[in-house]
Amino acid sequence: MDALDGNVIGGLLIDVFGAEMTAAGSTCGTCGATRPVAELVVYRQAPGIVVRCRTCGNVVMVFVTRHGVTGIDLSGLASLSEPGSALSGGQDPGHGCLRTGTPK
Amino acid sequence: MERTAVRGRLTWQTAAVTSVTRETASVVTIQLDLPDWPGHRAGQHLEVRLTADDGYQAEREYSIASAPGEPLAITVERLEGGEVSPYLTEELRAGDELELRGPIGGYFVWEPGDGGPLLLLAGGSGVVPLRSILRHRHRAGSDVPAHLLYSARTWPDVIYCDELDKDYDHLQVSYTLTRSQPPGWTGYTGRINQALLAEVAWPAEARPLAYICGPTSFVETAAAELVGLGYPPEKVKTERFGATGGH
Amino acid sequence: MSPVSRGFRHLHRAPAGQEDRVPPGQYVTDGFPVLSAGPTPHTPLERWTFSITQGGQTRKSWTWQEFRALPTETVTVDIHCVTRWSKLDTVWQGVSVDTLLDQVEHDVPYVMAFCDGGYTTNLPIQDVTSGQALVTFGYDDGPLESEHGGPARLLVPHLYFWKSAKWVRGLDLRDHNEPGFWETYGYHMYGDPWKEQRYAGD
Repeated sequence: MDALDGNVIGGLLIDVFGAEMTAAGSTCGTCGATRPVAELVVYRQAPGIVVRCRTCGNVVMVFVTRHGVTGIDLSGLASLSEPGSALSGGQDPGHGCLRTGTPK
Repeated sequence: MERTAVRGRLTWQTAAVTSVTRETASVVTIQLDLPDWPGHRAGQHLEVRLTADDGYQAEREYSIASAPGEPLAITVERLEGGEVSPYLTEELRAGDELELRGPIGGYFVWEPGDGGPLLLLAGGSGVVPLRSILRHRHRAGSDVPAHLLYSARTWPDVIYCDELDKDYDHLQVSYTLTRSQPPGWTGYTGRINQALLAEVAWPAEARPLAYICGPTSFVETAAAELVGLGYPPEKVKTERFGATGGH
Repeated sequence: MSPVSRGFRHLHRAPAGQEDRVPPGQYVTDGFPVLSAGPTPHTPLERWTFSITQGGQTRKSWTWQEFRALPTETVTVDIHCVTRWSKLDTVWQGVSVDTLLDQVEHDVPYVMAFCDGGYTTNLPIQDVTSGQALVTFGYDDGPLESEHGGPARLLVPHLYFWKSAKWVRGLDLRDHNEPGFWETYGYHMYGDPWKEQRYAGD
């Protein structure tokens, strides 16, 4: 069972955030690694969708859909930033940054 | 623990299937007519949803095979034991309806303004979004040089081979066949590795842009080797397909 | 209202006359889907142990050899995944959890199963005793494959299958019913498929 990547949850991210997020920059709340959401590790053959940091393996996001409504847990993520250009992966800290979880 | 529940905003639409064209024994290209299709960017995908008569639904993602501006098309590979791909590759026919939503994706996309040179690495059906990129590049009249390295099991598994061989300028195509080769084969054999990439990839000094798509193991091997050849990670875009059960 | 996809068939219904074996909202499958929240762990058997722990202490532990020397049984059970597939007449070989728990004095109402890779799931102790649960090492007629939880997984077939924790390494004895991995993200604390207890509050 191979893990996929954040590209495959592109539609789900639009549902939850109301915007394209695969090019957004993510910062892992456990190890601080940064990368585009598209490059996170996604396990989706599960009771929910589990997204893990590619560097340390810890959980950064969990999506659970219950009775037609999708809940998202972001407590493993330190921050998520608005996509910049598709090339740069969207590292733009001064611009629409969502802080989540507890800084470590 | 923070939780937010938000309603969806990407809406499902019903497309008419205008043609189903067989590409290989296990691959078809499905052309779709959707009057309200908003257009797409090369490299994006869409989601397909099937509904059984008792209401059961199954959803899967498929890369868009057509370029922006062309009739919308997806190319689907039949996966053993799959739930959706056997239906799309063997049952679906022109005149049927297909529910879909999209386009989706803002990372694994290419515009002529993004420049190059381009290194496109395809593992099996991972060639689909790369073909959209090549068609877009051609239609836009872009002269960004491109090299496609396409890994497939056997020659009959290669999708789009006529088009890849004939239709594009400033494009070099290399094939590696991993399981068996036809008599007289002069292309590469075996799975991609650093030696093969060192031979076909643009040198890092050319500041290339790489797009890798295919099964997870193919993508991870190729990405690691490109980084080993000096490609900055942020210039290597990856899209992993499920080898089993994902589609 | 989605249009019906002409000719689309899906997972099966229960075999005729056996509908009462399938809990509400489930479909019967011939396959054995692989579901996971993380990468498949690969603990070498020479390092594998199964432990009963409590309050940070190991009360009792077995090596793989010691575990495989315990009395085993073969059971045939139906299993029900919260993602709506059910599989009938699955055959497992394993050690009864009673055999393991009988080795320690205990007086707690709950256990937390813990696993390689960090997965956990909580259960009432009365649901893993009295012959209701095994720690399995065999499936069908062979060793349990790693993608299905091998070398050993918990088997608690009367509850949704997320409670049958893959890559299990032990049971932690608990005074309180605390949520494990999926329970923390909103799945039901108990998980009875016959009452469709998929999510918290169901």
